[in-house]
Amino acid sequence: MEFTYAAAPESRSVVDIAPSYKLFINGDWVAGKGGTFPTINPATEEVLSKITQGSASDIDRAVKAARNAYTKIWSKLPAKERGKYLFRIARILQERAREFAVLETLNNGKPIRESRDVDIPLAAAHFFYHAGWADKLDYAGVGKSPKPYGVVGQIIPWNFPLLMLAWKIAPALATGNTVVLKPAETTPLTALLFAEVCQQADLPDGVVNIVTGDGRTGAALVNHPGIDKIAFTGSTEVGKIIARAIAGTEKKATLELGGKAANIIYDDAAIDQAVEGIINGIFFNQGHVCCAGSRLLVQESVYGTVLDKLQERMAKIRVGDPMDKNTDLGAINSAAQLAKIKELTSAGDSEGATRWSSPCELPEKGFWFAPTIFTGVTESHRIAREEIFGPVLSVLTFRTPAEAIEKANATPYGLSAGIWSEKSSKILWTAQNLRAGVIWSNTFNKFDPASPFGGYKESGWGREGGRHGLHGYLLTTQKSHSQKGGK
Amino acid sequence: MTSVLEHTDGTDSGLKRFLATLSGVDKVGVEARAAMLGTRSIKTTSKAWAIDTAISMVDLTTLEGADTPGKVRALCEKAIRPDPTDSTVPSVGAVCVYNDLVKIARTHLDDNNGARIPVAAVTTAFPSGRATMAVKIRDTHDALDAGATEIDMVIDRGAFLAGRYGEVFEEIRAIKAICKDRAHLKVILETGELVTYDNVKKASFLAMMAGADFIKTSTGKVTPAATPPVVLTMLEAVRDYYEMTGIRIGVKAAGGIRTTKDAIKQLVLVNETVGSEWLSPTLFRIGASALLNDLLLQRMKMRTGHYASANYVTVD
Amino acid sequence: MRLDVKKTYKLFIGGQFPRSESGRSYEITSPKGVFLANAAQASRKDLRDAVTAARSAFSNWSQATAFNRGQILYRIAEIMEGRRDQFIAEIVACEGVNTKKASEQVDAAIDLWVWYAGWCDKYISVAGSQNPIAGPFYNFTTPEALGVIGAIADQKSSLVGLVQSIAPIITSGNSALIIANEKSPLSAITLSEVLATSDLHAGVVNILTGKVAELAPWMASHMDIDGIDLSGAPRKSATELKTLAADNLKRCHHFTGESLERILAFTESKTVWHPIGV
Repeated sequence: MEFTYAAAPESRSVVDIAPSYKLFINGDWVAGKGGTFPTINPATEEVLSKITQGSASDIDRAVKAARNAYTKIWSKLPAKERGKYLFRIARILQERAREFAVLETLNNGKPIRESRDVDIPLAAAHFFYHAGWADKLDYAGVGKSPKPYGVVGQIIPWNFPLLMLAWKIAPALATGNTVVLKPAETTPLTALLFAEVCQQADLPDGVVNIVTGDGRTGAALVNHPGIDKIAFTGSTEVGKIIARAIAGTEKKATLELGGKAANIIYDDAAIDQAVEGIINGIFFNQGHVCCAGSRLLVQESVYGTVLDKLQERMAKIRVGDPMDKNTDLGAINSAAQLAKIKELTSAGDSEGATRWSSPCELPEKGFWFAPTIFTGVTESHRIAREEIFGPVLSVLTFRTPAEAIEKANATPYGLSAGIWSEKSSKILWTAQNLRAGVIWSNTFNKFDPASPFGGYKESGWGREGGRHGLHGYLLTTQKSHSQKGGK
Repeated sequence: MTSVLEHTDGTDSGLKRFLATLSGVDKVGVEARAAMLGTRSIKTTSKAWAIDTAISMVDLTTLEGADTPGKVRALCEKAIRPDPTDSTVPSVGAVCVYNDLVKIARTHLDDNNGARIPVAAVTTAFPSGRATMAVKIRDTHDALDAGATEIDMVIDRGAFLAGRYGEVFEEIRAIKAICKDRAHLKVILETGELVTYDNVKKASFLAMMAGADFIKTSTGKVTPAATPPVVLTMLEAVRDYYEMTGIRIGVKAAGGIRTTKDAIKQLVLVNETVGSEWLSPTLFRIGASALLNDLLLQRMKMRTGHYASANYVTVD
Repeated sequence: MRLDVKKTYKLFIGGQFPRSESGRSYEITSPKGVFLANAAQASRKDLRDAVTAARSAFSNWSQATAFNRGQILYRIAEIMEGRRDQFIAEIVACEGVNTKKASEQVDAAIDLWVWYAGWCDKYISVAGSQNPIAGPFYNFTTPEALGVIGAIADQKSSLVGLVQSIAPIITSGNSALIIANEKSPLSAITLSEVLATSDLHAGVVNILTGKVAELAPWMASHMDIDGIDLSGAPRKSATELKTLAADNLKRCHHFTGESLERILAFTESKTVWHPIGV
């Protein structure tokens, strides 16, 4: 008998989406000057609300509010009180977790299981973790009584909207900075709901300002002279634009950019868990993950086994309504992203790789792409080099550990990598030789506020999370050795 | 289809060599996968289907020192008609009792329109397995002679943990030879005593290669028993064995499955690991006693729309 | 009467002392205009060769044990000490300072090597961490060398600024190419001779003499350089250099003095996860 799962939709009634949203500046909802644009549910193309396109003058207003809040309130607040605001925010996020999860799924297209079990709990955990740092910054490793930058401009992507907001805002506030944050153009709703959380937490006006809009709004933020530091998560292309834009200024930047992670399967791996790791590595969040394990490197001696098991497992991935609690793979976030995935996968076809997609039915409305693997991929193929940012895996093989390393490192990116083996000395050797900031051995796509995250090479600058993540928001007060009279 | 037995001569060293070719099991990974599958939300029509399927898979069990003929007869009644008020409830997969009560169970089932329900007997010095081979063989013969058509044997965990795989293998072979066509052989691994998932996987293969028709998690006397990751590990072994040989081996999850929710999680594991072919009492069983009443209560709830009371199901 | 045997000041690339491939040299004089030497004037191709040498040296140097790197850095100090007088004489000649000032600079440079030698096997303990994450995983973060680092030596001093840049870069296992003080490069070449005889792997440090304005943009735009120390770059060129450096997102830093921060700036933190369980 077939065991088909009846629809198990999460209720939408917990969210209350307004017909339109203003900007959140200085603790208040203010009308913007750049017009509006619709935000949709990518699973249905239904328009959810109208969002304000933040203009340069709106950014200016927000930066001034943030500066004012920094100078007059936030920088004068005892650190322990600052921390208590973050604890409050963490608790409110936990209390309103279901509402945030539903809203995230509606606006992003990710499965409710992931927003419920991953995004929202981790976002709350980020605030909780950083709350405790606020009055312990002397121990952060950048010297005694380190100072914040002041006003931080933050630009976040659409793949984990609330979680990326938490990654940005929590450390910024804990270290004593104030914030102007621009959510991604296609996923502003949870950031706007977060504004309400700030109000419920009685966070002083202007400490967090949220200005919605597209790339123009982001550019206005980056180029605003009142910003002391930029924190950006997004594409390497935009990361470079930001690096150039601030080259002639005193502004600092933390950049979390693209990736093309190798996921290395050695022949002595725990194969069934490795297959799960491959699945989780590339199909988690529709592959909209900068650290996705998008290049599978399989040792030739287990290639057949791994591929068979992988295809069998892929066929069981449940693709469809993101609001269904049993959905594993939801909608592609936007028409533009879908077009990019299609363009790169056709390049895979035309360059001679072999495409195989899971035999799943895709909904008619919305943006969808079936879980797909390409075999016969070589290092020179575009699908082995460029970030696809979708549920598409390129499969390559290797013969020796040294060859695995060589192939894994042959990329301008260096964000993450995976290793699967039951032999610990081999794992440690591999981890040591991989040029990537996050190495998952016998696991993949795990995140934690205490664990620093960030890339080598063109995957970015700096780390987020853990003690290391604080450094991006603090001015070092380390004196030079001779200044300390050490000589 | 190659016979897995070709790879080994049945000696300790031959079996060790073969078992060493199996890939390991990562604890954290297998537990994460089982937990994820535990989040599947089974509602409405699929829940109704799952409840009836689970009922049909129950090996309704009593394995107490205090068991009496009366208790066993009552259990048989329940096996035939789990809910006397509702004839649409399927009968269970089997009745499972100690050796000396097999005849009573068999007779009662036959006399009460339950001839289709097999009687399973636990043998080989269940639950510890600590007896001579002669005793274990005699134990099994007794059960078969009394009318058991399913034999739930225990492996010698001491021998397994000491690396005497050949001994474990030969014991299973010997019992299988006795069962031949007369009875289905379920081999109890007692996973709670094997402790690691690596051991569970090795013991699963050992049992399948030696001739088990089913591999079974536990006696019910040791905890932990049929936890989702243990069952997942065994299902993966069964799936791999099928890939290697074309032979379908059944799985019996026994011990610790008390609620409908637990049972449905097991069905989800089966569905998403080995597939729907195993979703039948011929290839998947749940060894339980208290579970059946919870399945019945949930069934009532689905039928009436109200939460049910234990007052309306029969005590075992 | 005996005629002095004068030194030919050449580049230091891959452990060798080549002349510039361009055949160019430029005149080094004292502040009062007295001719001192003809130094090699490195070209962009020399810079390219230096990057190649540095890249090929990186793997072995970064994987040498921290203890071994510490020994070698200390060895550099020892050998410098033996050539103190030569360094002093060159500084006096190039910078026009008195012997006392020059010897203070040499002492400071030697002490810097000693200071950083001690950091080789400590900076990881100080800057790394074990991270208590919410799940059954062992998780640690450890800094490691970034790769090939370009540096423009401080142009105010001829020796101490050079060491201020090189020592922290190679402490963690990076390899370096450095543009020496343009006007006073003589002690940089003498330092090369120290490095060449100090057990330091060939190519770990490459020293170029020549025009900063000519070489720096090629350094900033070279796609196989991972980071640049702009401490000695003219202020007005910083924007241009950082803009060029953005093409491969080089880590750009600017320092004064010596500090742990200076080591860590050219490291990357690697975080490794591993499950715990039987």
